[in-house]
Amino acid sequence: MADHAPWTRDKALAIVESYRGQRGSLLPILHDLQHEFGFIDDQAVPLLANALNLSRAEVHGVISFYHDFKREPQGRTVVKVCRAEACQAVGADRLVEHAARRLGVPLGGTRADGAVTLEGVFCLGNCALGPTVMIDDHLHGRVDANRFDALAAPLAAQVSGDAR
Amino acid sequence: MITIYVPRDAAALSVGADQIAALIRIEADRRGADIQIVRNGSRGMLWLEPLVEVATPEGRVAYGPVTAADVPALFDAGFLTGAPQPPHPLHLGPTEEIPYLKNQERLTFARCGVIDPLSVDDYREHGGFAGLERALAMTPEQVIAEVTESGLRGRGGAGFPTGIKWKTVHDAVADEKFICCNADEGDSGTFADRMIMEGDPFILIEGMTIAAIAVGARQGYIYIRSEYPHAIATLRDAITAAYVENWLGDGIHGSAHSFDLEVRVGAGAYICGEETAMLESLEGKRGMVRAKPPLPALEGLFGKPTVVNNVLSLTSVPVILARGGAFYRDFGVGRSRGTQPFQLGGNIRHGGIVEKAFGITLRELLYDFGGGTASGRPIRAVQVGGPLGAYLPPEHFDTPKDYEAFAAREAMVGHGGIVVFDDTVDMAMQARFAMEFCAAESCGKCTPCRIGAVRGVEILDRVLAGGASPKQLTLLEGLCEVMADGSLCAMGGLTPMPVRSALKHFPEDFDRPAAALAAE
Repeated sequence: MADHAPWTRDKALAIVESYRGQRGSLLPILHDLQHEFGFIDDQAVPLLANALNLSRAEVHGVISFYHDFKREPQGRTVVKVCRAEACQAVGADRLVEHAARRLGVPLGGTRADGAVTLEGVFCLGNCALGPTVMIDDHLHGRVDANRFDALAAPLAAQVSGDAR
Repeated sequence: MITIYVPRDAAALSVGADQIAALIRIEADRRGADIQIVRNGSRGMLWLEPLVEVATPEGRVAYGPVTAADVPALFDAGFLTGAPQPPHPLHLGPTEEIPYLKNQERLTFARCGVIDPLSVDDYREHGGFAGLERALAMTPEQVIAEVTESGLRGRGGAGFPTGIKWKTVHDAVADEKFICCNADEGDSGTFADRMIMEGDPFILIEGMTIAAIAVGARQGYIYIRSEYPHAIATLRDAITAAYVENWLGDGIHGSAHSFDLEVRVGAGAYICGEETAMLESLEGKRGMVRAKPPLPALEGLFGKPTVVNNVLSLTSVPVILARGGAFYRDFGVGRSRGTQPFQLGGNIRHGGIVEKAFGITLRELLYDFGGGTASGRPIRAVQVGGPLGAYLPPEHFDTPKDYEAFAAREAMVGHGGIVVFDDTVDMAMQARFAMEFCAAESCGKCTPCRIGAVRGVEILDRVLAGGASPKQLTLLEGLCEVMADGSLCAMGGLTPMPVRSALKHFPEDFDRPAAALAAE
């Protein structure tokens, strides 16, 4: 579970400064900004454009090109479910549906309480032990519905009492 | 003191290796046993992970797959001596005698799973840096001649001769040159790059340094996908250790050669595995494919001559330098020389890494090594060479693994990944996925790929809905032709390969009656 600092211009500038003199530093800087703040704040765009002598459009273009860079806060826990062929062959599609139901959030969404984001990804490199799930930076193999429930127990959607 | 090996490989961690290592430590302390735990790479027998090994005077003895509940019982059964009487059910005997491992020809993966991945001493003791030491005493031309003689071809999938690429960069005149390692292993069903980076990272550092000597480069980058946090951490630690021992940096081991190396992390874009998109990404830009020419060998990173090689190409280089190009060339068949670490994944009983000389058949890999499906049902299709590779039916399982033999069957060896599907697979769904994947991951630069993939999904949705006119399949074939012939790079150019192969070999899955409509 990741705790992120609120955006401050000084912190962002310090990250940019740490890459001074390195060529092609925009991606490493964006990774660091996201690691620090949890997402890439809109205020980062003009700041990076100015610091790296790029246009705002170029910075925006890079941020929006890559799946990893997020423009808004993510859930405190990010659950990634592999949807690629090797995991499909052992039931990934069913697992994706199960995960969405269990967590109470659609694929690609963040739950309203901010606790969890569910993402589909293409390949986590664990193709002989699928279906594979990554919860924050922890990889889990051979994840069937039961194992998913055990792993995601603290994240499960609250079932409202009036439903039964 | 007894040495116990518990892998730190991400696949082993995904099934609980960290917990097993912790429990073994606790159990040993409780019993007063004097042990040390080495966190090695994986041996590549992934269905046996976590595979725990115990060093005995007779060699290493394996146990697996070990669960948390097994640990006390293993100690009770004399696991620390490696030869319990009677054997524990998880006792697999001497690791090297397990047929899956014994029947391989490991050149690249020889040390993976054997050594402590971050110990320079361990690497040296197992023959590491012998290739680099030899290269340091040779001229660049001699190094290139050795690689050319080996017959090594690009292991990323394209199969371009590595020696020729290096010679092009060597001959180019420029004030600086670069070595870029493509570790953006995005193909589903491939994990060899990840495993070697986590299990034997110094071999990649050694291979890149040899490449730098050969072409006269001073700076190298390893572009690793962000989905591989363990490989990123391991390689960064290994680079730090290599600097400490002067295997990187200025005047490497008293020579005139200097080489700096840095890990750069991708950001979740499959297209960045395409070499020119990767270069754009390394420059800090959108991962948009470049038109070729100019070749990256002449105008690559920051416009300078650049060697772009896959992890498996670069990790084949140290053994070629250490034992000679002729030694490596003597493995393989036809124009496919040396070995390839094949990767068995998907619905397979014995998934993992099988490094064999080219020429082995799919059938041998799938049944002799792989043991058939994990589900126990018959294999219906295998996808070979990643998401852009062909789906092949059992009639083609006797095809030898050879670049040309696969090309003749409208398929490709690719990066050596093999994904197995049993008879429950719906091949029209798989064809749709190929188009969906292309639509999601296209860089958007060329029209056939960007728009073609979307149209492909639409056509296949009509086919999947049932009752589609045969004209839809004609339209699909035409679309495939446009994408294959008109796309800028392999993303759009090869997406038709899984689609067409599914259509050709499994036409029955595309002939869907209008059942859903009729039922209403």
